[in-house]
Amino acid sequence: MMPILQIKNLTKRYGGLTANNDISFDVAEGEILSVIGPNGAGKSTLFKQIASFVSVTSGEVLFRGKTISNLAPHVVARMGVVRTFQETTIFKSMTVRENIIVAHHLRSKASLLGFFLGSKLARADEAAFGKSADDIVDFLGLEAIRNELASNLPQGHLRALGMAIGLATGPTVLLLDEPFAGMNHDETMKMVASVRRLRDERGVTVMLVEHDMPAVMKISDRIVVINFGEKIAEGTPAEIQANPRVIEAYLGSEDAAIGM
Amino acid sequence: MTKTNLAGIGVFLLVVFVAVPMMIAVSGRWDFYYTLTSVALLSIGSAGVWLTFYIGRINIGQGAYALMGGYVSAVLMTKVGVSFWLTLPLAGLFCAVISVAIGLPILRLRGVYFAMITLVLTEVTRLTALALPVTNGAKGITSIPLPGALTVFGVPLIPDFATIENPKLAFYLLAVTLMVLTYAALWRIVNSRLGHLCRSLQQNEELASSIGVNTAHLRLLAYAISSFFGGIAGAVFVAISQSIYPSSFVVTDSVNFMLYCFVGGLGFVMGPMLGTFLLYFGWDLLSVAREYQLLIYSAAMIALMLVLPNGVLSLFDRREGPK
Ligand SMILES: Nc1ncnc2c1ncn2[C@@H]1O[C@H](COP(=O)(O)OP(=O)(O)OP(=O)(O)O)[C@@H](O)[C@H]1O
Ligand SMILES: [Mg+2]
Repeated sequence: MMPILQIKNLTKRYGGLTANNDISFDVAEGEILSVIGPNGAGKSTLFKQIASFVSVTSGEVLFRGKTISNLAPHVVARMGVVRTFQETTIFKSMTVRENIIVAHHLRSKASLLGFFLGSKLARADEAAFGKSADDIVDFLGLEAIRNELASNLPQGHLRALGMAIGLATGPTVLLLDEPFAGMNHDETMKMVASVRRLRDERGVTVMLVEHDMPAVMKISDRIVVINFGEKIAEGTPAEIQANPRVIEAYLGSEDAAIGM
Repeated sequence: MTKTNLAGIGVFLLVVFVAVPMMIAVSGRWDFYYTLTSVALLSIGSAGVWLTFYIGRINIGQGAYALMGGYVSAVLMTKVGVSFWLTLPLAGLFCAVISVAIGLPILRLRGVYFAMITLVLTEVTRLTALALPVTNGAKGITSIPLPGALTVFGVPLIPDFATIENPKLAFYLLAVTLMVLTYAALWRIVNSRLGHLCRSLQQNEELASSIGVNTAHLRLLAYAISSFFGGIAGAVFVAISQSIYPSSFVVTDSVNFMLYCFVGGLGFVMGPMLGTFLLYFGWDLLSVAREYQLLIYSAAMIALMLVLPNGVLSLFDRREGPK
């Protein structure tokens, strides 16, 4: 089967700084693939390149065999490749539910004019979005904060909301940049389960960047390791934990917590 | 829409269409017609500026579109002989098209950069009107005929303004009708998906594009609608004064449109209308203070911004989001 994403010789330079260099790997449909590496390794840059939020200096990303590099981000999102953000990125002055509803944009069948005039199609869309938003709220266990203003939420809930927004677009591939950051152990385990169910029940292919190694080892089918912008390893969690280059890279940094 | 909303709208319509004309007739203050007509037209322009605020852009260039709209209507009426009623939508459309051409490069800019360019826009438009042959330079276009009769499919809808015994009232009714239509449209925009997307843009453009919103298109659309309103307002102003000059709308007017929005409240659809009314009418009333007019006006404005940074309407409602 053709890989859903092919990352080919991806390189990004910011002036003289090489954020990542000649990275290649494939992502299979329906897999959960984690990208790990020390701070500043180039993980977020990789995700931004895949989702076309930054241009690629060289190399390309193929989605179902077609290049998606250097397109506008909303075009790539429309094709089904959607990212979430490492920084807390939500619509602050909307409620949780409003955030999720507005993120259904790609699923509208009615035109903006149709929405303005309140056409039948538009009203059907609104109803469908409301229902789907409630499903997502239930799916991620956000019932208690459904009508809470996003700016009032604690960090853990913000991460979950970021994921809910990504989910609402109906992605084929979801790129989660540090989805468990700022969550306590219980919250993380709940999210790990949610991501798993996302793949199992909805068939979404998930890529994620995470520093929480126990969570990464638990959730991933495969792992890609990046260090100083270079891919240094790729394999199953067991293979990665036993890989000497990975251990060396992690021992050289503060979080020497790869073996667990 | 709630019952209180509906009742409020009903009262508002009664006041502007019935109570105001009656009060003016009783008091004999016919000059108020001119003031209130101006308020209505200016608040159409402010509605546009407010919409650009709604996508997170500070628009200090609405005077440019009012001027353009005015000239389009004036030129079409005097040189081509088109009926005023047809020039009205054409003026709006012309401005919308021009604003797309202008917005394409500049809407990418944010904050003070966008604001500064729009500020320059009014001046550029004035200079263009001075230079172009079709606008007749500094002499402007004068002796513009009053709006003629409007007949649709043989049904006379509006009589010829030249034959009306009270054109002041007629212009007032025209202006408030357009104002009501504008704010109804604005309300629909804000409360439909288009408005939700505008809010998403205002709050986080990157996140908006990550959920598939074509942010460049959306900004252009909002700016085009905004400019359409500006053009409409300008065209009716010209019909009232029956003349237009390059200085009919200047940078001060552009700044005022923006201030009206601030004072009324950027979070409220009715904000720009209320702001326009308070500031324009207040300025007019303050003329009794003679040489202190500007001083008192400016002091009141500063006080308002200090005490109510979110606009006068925030007094009545402290919820977030659109009203
Ligand atoms: N817009 C930019 N301009 C210049 N340099 C950048 C830019 N974005 C990222 N970088 C640099 O590229 C390198 C990789 O950054 P990136 O954000 O991809 O790291 P990361 O692996 O996600 O790190 P972290 O785990 O801390 O999030 C860093 O050295 C960073 O400073
Ligand atoms: Mg990062």
